[in-house]
Amino acid sequence: MDLFEHQARELFEEHGISVPRAEVTDSPEEVRAIARRLGGRVVVKAQVRTGGRGRAGGVRIAADPAAAELTARQILGMDIKGHPVRTVMVAEPVAIESEFYVSYVLDRGAGRFLAIASAEGGADIEEVAATRPEAVARVPVDPAQGVTSAKAAEIADAAGLPARTVDVLVRLWEVLVREDALLVEVNPLVRTEQGRILALDGKVTLDDNAAFRQTRWGETELAPDDPLEAAAAAKGLTYVKLDGEVGVIGNGAGLVMSTLDVVAGCGARPANFLDIGGGASAHVMADGLSVVLADPDVKCVLVNVFGGITACDAVAEGIVRALDSVRPTKHLVVRLDGNNAARGRAVLDARAHPLVQQATTMDGAARRAAELAHTA
Amino acid sequence: MAIYLTQESKVLVQGMTGAEGMKHTRRMLAAGTTVVGGVNPRKAGRTVDLDDHAVPVFGSVHEGMDATGADVSVVFVPPAFARAAVTEAADAGIGLAVVITEGIPVHDAVAFTAHARARGTRVIGPNCPGLISPGQSNAGIIPADITKPGRIGLVSKSGTLTYQLMHELRDTGFSTCVGIGGDPVVGTTHIDCLTAFEDDPDTEIVVLIGEIGGDAEERAAAYVRDHVTKPVVAYIAGFTAPEGRTMGHAGAIVSGSSGTAQAKKEALEAAGVRVGSTPTETARLVLAALEDGA
Repeated sequence: MDLFEHQARELFEEHGISVPRAEVTDSPEEVRAIARRLGGRVVVKAQVRTGGRGRAGGVRIAADPAAAELTARQILGMDIKGHPVRTVMVAEPVAIESEFYVSYVLDRGAGRFLAIASAEGGADIEEVAATRPEAVARVPVDPAQGVTSAKAAEIADAAGLPARTVDVLVRLWEVLVREDALLVEVNPLVRTEQGRILALDGKVTLDDNAAFRQTRWGETELAPDDPLEAAAAAKGLTYVKLDGEVGVIGNGAGLVMSTLDVVAGCGARPANFLDIGGGASAHVMADGLSVVLADPDVKCVLVNVFGGITACDAVAEGIVRALDSVRPTKHLVVRLDGNNAARGRAVLDARAHPLVQQATTMDGAARRAAELAHTA
Repeated sequence: MAIYLTQESKVLVQGMTGAEGMKHTRRMLAAGTTVVGGVNPRKAGRTVDLDDHAVPVFGSVHEGMDATGADVSVVFVPPAFARAAVTEAADAGIGLAVVITEGIPVHDAVAFTAHARARGTRVIGPNCPGLISPGQSNAGIIPADITKPGRIGLVSKSGTLTYQLMHELRDTGFSTCVGIGGDPVVGTTHIDCLTAFEDDPDTEIVVLIGEIGGDAEERAAAYVRDHVTKPVVAYIAGFTAPEGRTMGHAGAIVSGSSGTAQAKKEALEAAGVRVGSTPTETARLVLAALEDGA
């Protein structure tokens, strides 16, 4: 889960990394009050979990509190790459002398973290990395050692960063480890005209798998923007909203991803990803169906289950019970294969629900669902 | 023969006395796996009756290995304890640790895979279904009754897609199927398995299943081009996945322009690997390649 900039800023500050003074709000009137507290002239920054805010007009300077309120009214409610702006961060302006880039990212292939640093930070860092890779230092971090002062000095030296960034590099590693983050990035890390080193903007991606031992953030603070996704998350379902019309439910992440692709291959567009996991109980199936059917874009639903450990007749019983509790109004195409598939199909045949059709293969089921989506 | 797991393998189960551990230990035994013991410090010295098998419980992996000569451990412990469990198994000198547990924090996986590598222990997983050499042994949760022994080797990031392909190719059969797991950091890669299958005389063809995220498939493609003489057929899932979203598996995420299914497919095809557009078509390509070679 990605954090908002203001949440990342809060973490940096707690771990002793200097940040500009700032406050966050969803109210334009409050923006005016914050601007007054910060000395009048401020930067108003849209809070969205995506990059490229500046280019989209989501980061603007306001000369005084009244202008700050007006700017906030323009930014709040904006849509930046599909992310609605619900809050803004109001920050004191900083006189920048130079901009640097520092991050720790997971190097999946090597199975460890990598420090990436450059003396040429700022909005164009990706272009710098692409055109002049020698300007971006990449230093692997030994998981058993972590980032000590000596390691941080090595990173700073490799990137040509001033010695005063060493402390920031050590503290940023602490953020990564203590918060169970998969990515921490400061861009830009700046040296001000007064010689201070400040984290001006940051990105932190937390490891969802570590939520059980990280209690800092509440569920609402990390809730997805999309209401259907938020509802699914509250039910403990692994659901991703997409922009098509065929709802997809399956067991196992790989099989569901594959199902989306096969639906697309049949000329339709998947409306969502939903993995109900290995058990596929009646309860989970009912929860899954209700979330998928709550999406107004869904024209029909494809249920694709391969019974590995789970027997298909148990899955079919789950579907039948879910049909009785959810009462769907759209067509369902069900493909059951694998363990006890014949018995599972018989269970659905016996129920003879008018909106449920069966298919024996994954490709056939996807074709049928695509046809139904086009005619619905 | 087979890779990593044979009928000679002696298997310990860490977390055997939990509900999942118990259920799958029964299934492993039924599939013919030589399960020599469980590990649980709080239940050491007891014996658990699983159907017709009396399975002893040891206080540590070290103790279990001393008493039984075990060389494989299957790990079912909850995420919070997985790091300690794998570290213990590596310190005891086990050859292979198969980590089934889903939801292990990445920092823990980074730590225990590095620790195991330094001690010469192969880790498969985490967040994987394990591996099966049909007719010989089954270490993990892959259903043993889908298919029979045969000449196809399979390596996959996904459990259910593994089952799907095993099912589609059930009449031909498999030497070994390895589920390497869908987490961002895993102990055994596609390349490790390709190397082992290349050296395995019983494997004639390899099925490689990948999905979005990271560049393991691109690396595997380069490896196939330079080092693999046996035919390889691949399937990649996640062409329709949007950028920046985690698709069920913690590692299944396209970041910016990296980790896309299209890039993986192109890299594999450039290396001479045939890539199926659906699991069913992939199975057909495997059968066609076997016929060509026969």
